[in-house]
Amino acid sequence: MNNYDAIVVGAGHNGLTTAAFLAKAGLSVVCVEKNDYIGGAAVSRNLYKDWMYSNCSYVCSLLRPEIFRELELHRHGLQVTPYGGSVTFMENGDYFGRYDDAEVSYREMARFSRRDADAQKRYSADTMRQCRFIRDFLLSTAPDPTSFKPSDIREFVRIGKKFLDMGEDRMYETIRFWTMSVAEYLDEYFETDVIKAAKSGSGIIGTALGIHSPGTAYVLLHHYMGDVDGNVGSWGFARGGMGSVSKAIAGAFQAAGGELRTEAGVSKIIVKDGKVSGVALENGEEITAPVVVSAMDVKRTFLKCMDKSDLPEKFHRRVENFKIRGSSGKLNIALDGMPEFPALPKGSSLYHSDMHFIDSMERMERAYDDWKDGRWSKDPYVDMVIPTLNDPTMAPPGKHFMSCFVQYCPHQVEGRRWTPEEKEAFGKTVIDQIGNYSPNFKDLILHVEVRTPQDIEEEIGITEGNIFHGELTMDQLLFNRPIPGYAQYRGPVGGLYMCGSSTHPGGGVMAAPGANAAREILADLRRRNTVPENFGDD
Amino acid sequence: MKPGPVHQGRLKSPFYSRLSSLDTVNEWHQWKGYSSANLLFCSDVEYFAIRNATAVFDITPMTKYRISGPDSLAYVNRLVTRDMEKIRPGRVAYAVWCDDHGQVIDDGTIFHLRDGEYRLCSQERHFAWLNDCAIGMDVEIRHETEEVAALAVQGPTSFSVLRNMGLEGIETLKPFGLTYFDFHGSELMVSRTGFTGDLGYELWIEPDKAEALWDALFAAGELHGIRAIGTEALEMSRIEAGFLAAYHEFLPADETVRTGRSRSPLELGLEWLVDFKKPNFNGRRALAEEKRRGSTWRLVKLDIEGNKPAHNSYVFAREKNNKGNIGFITSAIWSPVCKQNIALGSVRMPHGAPGTHVWVEIYYQREMHWSRKMAKATVVDKPFWFPARRGATPPGPY
Amino acid sequence: MTDFYDAIVVGAGHNGLVCSAILAKAGKNVLVLEANQQVGGAAVTREFAEGYSVSACAHLLYQLQPEVRRELGLSPQMATEHMSTIVLAADGKHLRLHGDKAQGVSEEDAAQYRDFRKRMKRFAKLLRKYLNRPPPRLGTKDWQDLGTLAQLGLDVRMLGKEEMREFLRLIGMNIFDEVTERFASPLLRGAVSLDAVLGTHLGPRSPNTIMTYLYRLAGDNGRLAVPRRGMGSVTELLGHAARSAGADIRTATPVRRIIVENGRVTGVETARGERFNSYTVISNADPKRTINQLVGTQHVETGFARRIHHLRASGNAAKLHLALDGLPSFAGLDKKDMGERIVIAGDEHYVERAFNPAKYGEYSAAPVVEMTFPSFRDETLAPTGKHVMSAVVQYAPHGLKGGWDDDAKTEFENVVIDTIARYAPDIAGRVTASELLTPADIEREFHITGGHWHHAELTLDQFLFVRPVAGAAQYAMPLDGLYLCGAGAHPGGGVSGAAGRNAARSILKREKAA
Repeated sequence: MNNYDAIVVGAGHNGLTTAAFLAKAGLSVVCVEKNDYIGGAAVSRNLYKDWMYSNCSYVCSLLRPEIFRELELHRHGLQVTPYGGSVTFMENGDYFGRYDDAEVSYREMARFSRRDADAQKRYSADTMRQCRFIRDFLLSTAPDPTSFKPSDIREFVRIGKKFLDMGEDRMYETIRFWTMSVAEYLDEYFETDVIKAAKSGSGIIGTALGIHSPGTAYVLLHHYMGDVDGNVGSWGFARGGMGSVSKAIAGAFQAAGGELRTEAGVSKIIVKDGKVSGVALENGEEITAPVVVSAMDVKRTFLKCMDKSDLPEKFHRRVENFKIRGSSGKLNIALDGMPEFPALPKGSSLYHSDMHFIDSMERMERAYDDWKDGRWSKDPYVDMVIPTLNDPTMAPPGKHFMSCFVQYCPHQVEGRRWTPEEKEAFGKTVIDQIGNYSPNFKDLILHVEVRTPQDIEEEIGITEGNIFHGELTMDQLLFNRPIPGYAQYRGPVGGLYMCGSSTHPGGGVMAAPGANAAREILADLRRRNTVPENFGDD
Repeated sequence: MKPGPVHQGRLKSPFYSRLSSLDTVNEWHQWKGYSSANLLFCSDVEYFAIRNATAVFDITPMTKYRISGPDSLAYVNRLVTRDMEKIRPGRVAYAVWCDDHGQVIDDGTIFHLRDGEYRLCSQERHFAWLNDCAIGMDVEIRHETEEVAALAVQGPTSFSVLRNMGLEGIETLKPFGLTYFDFHGSELMVSRTGFTGDLGYELWIEPDKAEALWDALFAAGELHGIRAIGTEALEMSRIEAGFLAAYHEFLPADETVRTGRSRSPLELGLEWLVDFKKPNFNGRRALAEEKRRGSTWRLVKLDIEGNKPAHNSYVFAREKNNKGNIGFITSAIWSPVCKQNIALGSVRMPHGAPGTHVWVEIYYQREMHWSRKMAKATVVDKPFWFPARRGATPPGPY
Repeated sequence: MTDFYDAIVVGAGHNGLVCSAILAKAGKNVLVLEANQQVGGAAVTREFAEGYSVSACAHLLYQLQPEVRRELGLSPQMATEHMSTIVLAADGKHLRLHGDKAQGVSEEDAAQYRDFRKRMKRFAKLLRKYLNRPPPRLGTKDWQDLGTLAQLGLDVRMLGKEEMREFLRLIGMNIFDEVTERFASPLLRGAVSLDAVLGTHLGPRSPNTIMTYLYRLAGDNGRLAVPRRGMGSVTELLGHAARSAGADIRTATPVRRIIVENGRVTGVETARGERFNSYTVISNADPKRTINQLVGTQHVETGFARRIHHLRASGNAAKLHLALDGLPSFAGLDKKDMGERIVIAGDEHYVERAFNPAKYGEYSAAPVVEMTFPSFRDETLAPTGKHVMSAVVQYAPHGLKGGWDDDAKTEFENVVIDTIARYAPDIAGRVTASELLTPADIEREFHITGGHWHHAELTLDQFLFVRPVAGAAQYAMPLDGLYLCGAGAHPGGGVSGAAGRNAARSILKREKAA
């Protein structure tokens, strides 16, 4: 059979989510994937012996619990285990840690500055307030400010009321929060450089912005607004790696009668009489359906998989100018044993936490300057974790998998393709940085997978390998995301939808774009809504 | 910057050795990182030590700051709502401090140690706020929690115990006064303050002398029924005295996430602490405005019929046919000394005027099963417990 | 001496003068106290070497609001109006921008530029409307505030669906992406980038720089003019307007403090110890100086003091003034071009790279420069046959690592002259005297904390509802009787008079209400 009610292009976590909710509503759905594995960037890959790598995304917090619950992902093998803490190693041999125990964390901050330690509670409250404001809108479609449709006006009134309920002063604080840089935001609370540096990373991860760029305070939120079991801001590991997330959603999709086809790359989305009619696969096969949903980023969807003549000219130009920038790379490393970090006491809980190696705001910002010149950072911001300390399934006993998220790393080097030598040099930069703090680290390395944005683009398909499918700047958020006027998951052609991270609320393994898109599609088809509502924070 | 690694787990106060040797139940909780006993033997017995003899409670984890410098008076006066000019050296002031919106950040005691030198004591930690208040002022603020060990010595025989310990002249110390003694070559500060609403003192000394002080105190108190106590007994006496506790009667304003969850001093019944005639202080404009237009909330002290404590109860205007609640209970106990079912609560204005009645919805469990009762409650305006000995100078040798 | 005034204005900068003139015209008994010898604040003409004068800080007039001109009957005499901008190219193929026309670029670029300017001017027109009224308070029930908000919503809607979407998209965006999307010519991209970042601590890649570009257009539609006898002539006119309306202006009278009694402002005390009384004191000084030094933080509340403390107000723009024994010769430029605005901003990357060091407290190794040779059209500024150059140079951060000592200043001056000499090799040999005003000098000379020409960074988190800080955007400070009327208040800096006019109007309105 090659005729369906709906085709979802791309079996990343968002595509699978949309597919699952459509299938649950009784539609016949096929999800096509170009690779021979599913998951997109939420994957577990067995690339070396008995090691399993979360080789793109590596931690989980943003996955909406409403979706987890509705799709009963635990029945399909997903288990998310929280982990806590972080450590920033300092050039002077010291380190700054954040612990699970709030009092120990307090003591640690007070070691650097008692004022900062006491400022933390105001910082937490103010940031949490912003999280609470935004969390409510993750599982809803952004309203169109130019529209007079009742649903748009209703949503605007809801947002407006929530905003007004904050009270005058906090409304101003909210305006400031959404427009300021993470560096300036942190300056209003903290005085210690290393404390600010440790916190600022969340403001730039996945973006082509520096910590001093206005708008990065919001990005901080993007990393804080998730939760594990209601603990807003905490992060967890998916047991078995991030592929477990995609596998579980795929399981729910298939249980609802959906069909998955791998090695089925789409060469073209077919438009007939101003409406989509299906897709043509790279192997020449055609699949027909009145609804086509693209989980690919918007650039790939509209510039690579569609004819320019099928699209409105202005829309096409906006897509061309959509900002989706490769700014981060990844190193996945198989280790023969546990590396030692002599700065830490033996058995410190910080071994289980996120590790960072940049201890000043100036180093953070300088890392960005390199990227602007088309180079990878000489002194990069690395977010390193060793998931195998918490997850015994990912490596043989006593061996470890290390995941290093690296920023900044350009999509291309000074505007041209990466050479193998450059790629190796990039990897070496990261390994050397970690090696500076762990003398036995290099000797333990069994295998390294270096992934530049170019590699991610070529393998996963995300334009420039950008983890969010598009910059999280004001001009590409909410009703501006991905394209003003097309922010409600509907494409410019009848029957065509978008459900990837290019759409509101953006990237991170959240599955919210996929769920929101499904709700809009089902509404258009006048089908029963299978997408859950926001739990709501009281 | 101090070298790492920091201590993992709980800190031990300088009195820990003495407390743990008296401990029979091994029930502890953490208080600002320190291990603090819930109780040591039996809460009821410990409670009656407060009301009948002398109870000793370790208050070392209490946050302490030293404030000094040329602008120290101007500084504390701008910090808190009451007029600190009236607090002479050797006196202690109970005070609240607010944010710009007149919402309470915390309450605490300010000790005017010497001319222009103050100690501020509070439940919560405020070093960031205190420093923000110092912008543009010539004042030094030092965190000294770990540098000072402190004991609350409370109860009717506490005066006798201290006199017995050889603290000469202690009989002249008035409520909210402080004085100094020599103790083994160190300065022992004694203030007539406390959190129990009874006759009582607080003793402050350097940590090295903590154990010696404890030993001297217990030797002097042996014949006066001295007993170490835990938090549970203290909490009962705190409610009887009608004192506020952070996270019960109010939330520190700088920690509230939701708008409208903080309280002003006017809403907490602390109008007597707000002096609009003194120079500018934090919250002044907002409080003046609140006074003009009226408050949203009122703290009430409730005398509730029956004997079922009203833990976490809703408060209603009537027994039946209510449209919604008018507030909730923030602290509640059966008072053993008053033989009253008492509570503190937060109700919406204009409800809760002293002398009026409200209704409290009480849920209680008996052998697994839950019951519900609507209990009539009278709003009272005086503390439930205020013995004459608390204010008497010299206190009697009870 | 205990005179009583209806209002005392501290500082006779252009905004202070506008404010006092309007109040005086409304019949108020106004006293203006200025620390310097002449009125004008930073908008003055300065003789930096014997016989050579330039506008001390701002040297181009493009933002003076028509409302201010009209209401105060100002008609400043211009040496040049409708200046062109010449963007220097290394190969001598310079780019010329005149109004919405771009010359020296492809036709496509020229069309794109016209289109870009058209849109920007439309948005700037919208913005201008709100620059000329106090920002509404959020969450109040005041009908006028609600009206202004409703009007703002309506005005944005009235742009039409398409333009409204563009407005909402662009308002938070950076100029870098916009210029790279639109223009092929590097010089054009550089020139537009430069206009977006002048006077700020932002680079073209910084989000928010579309807004700063719009702000620049929101005066006279981007038309550039040079007043005859320098900027001081404009403020002299303002001073004259204020005096003839009855304001009492006293120069060389620095204010030591603003007096607070019983929780309200009651007057000021001068450095000489004189006391002047008024229940309305309006500060033309920057917010930090006003609160921290003139009022004293203990008289305001801690949260507000903290906000003022965190207000970002660190300048990056330096002024370089050169006395020249003749006009330098720029390769590829005619003599008549010397009356135009000449800028060095090779492309958007050049501007961004110039910004990079400023983030770390270092000055640009290759700075961006905006030059004028005002003596070319105005013989009053230099001896016959001689000339002056007035240049804005970025980035020269106020908080330079190691401080702006003489060595650092000399080094930076050389960097700037070398940068210009790449296009006009003879310039160094023509210099007979020079003056570099770094932000540190501007702070000292004109009493602006941080030496920032907007008194406070012009970013969305310090703009409109939250300028200078949240809770104090309506000119009235949270201390009874104290007002702000300078660039630190809404809408910001530039010789526009908007802040002064808005402040005066809101003070009069309050009085009427009371």
